[in-house]
Amino acid sequence: MTHGHVPFRRSYKPFRGPFDPCPPIGVKYYVTPPNLFIGFQPPNFKQFSAIEALRKGTLWVPFYDYYENPYKK
Amino acid sequence: MWTYEKKLMYPVRVSTCNPTLAKYLMEQYGGADGELAAALRYLNQRYTIPEKVIGLLTDIGTEEFAHLEMIATMIYKLTKDATPQQLKEAGLAEHYVSHDSALFYNNAAGVPFTASYIQAKGDPIADLYEDIAAEEKARATYQWIIDQSDDPDLNDGLRFLREREIVHSQRFREAVVMISEDKNQKKIF
Repeated sequence: MTHGHVPFRRSYKPFRGPFDPCPPIGVKYYVTPPNLFIGFQPPNFKQFSAIEALRKGTLWVPFYDYYENPYKK
Repeated sequence: MWTYEKKLMYPVRVSTCNPTLAKYLMEQYGGADGELAAALRYLNQRYTIPEKVIGLLTDIGTEEFAHLEMIATMIYKLTKDATPQQLKEAGLAEHYVSHDSALFYNNAAGVPFTASYIQAKGDPIADLYEDIAAEEKARATYQWIIDQSDDPDLNDGLRFLREREIVHSQRFREAVVMISEDKNQKKIF
């Protein structure tokens, strides 16, 4: 299952047994980071400005992936 | 040889007094997939890998020490003013008994660092795949720490470090491509 607005997130529904002691978490989320999909970096990749790149941790827009706790309510 | 710049790679800010987060951060300090393990792994593998990718291992291994320094700063800020009682409440009583507030290469559960966390098989493909796995594990560890932390400033620094893991994994993946190419193969375009 992909998540419409967040391209590098996936989820699955863990098995639910009839006698599980805890209320169900519902879905488990996991990350499929951009490095899985790009292969060898092609030329002329889109760049952040220098200042922005220093903040974000990468110069390259396609490698940027902001992370937030997916379970946060 | 190295030169040292007396500043952090990315500014470290911690806005809430929550020494428990220091305990979690130790996973990235002295844990199996932490920054120390990463730096030692890459810098050690440099000697027995094709020339093309030695520079990459040097660059990334060096950067890992810069990350280690950021993690150390975070842990230090969270523990330097904590009383023995506060450290106890943070689950760090055992750490205090052994080390006072000194930093030590333990993981989040207090297990000391060991060289067997890192591998050097001498097989370039095996070693680079190990490095890719290590980067993904470090990325995941940063995610789990962010999930446990509600300090926005600390998380800002952790997000920067997590992004670096993504880029490092990408570069190691590219290194595999570089050393897999067959030089004798004639390509006709």
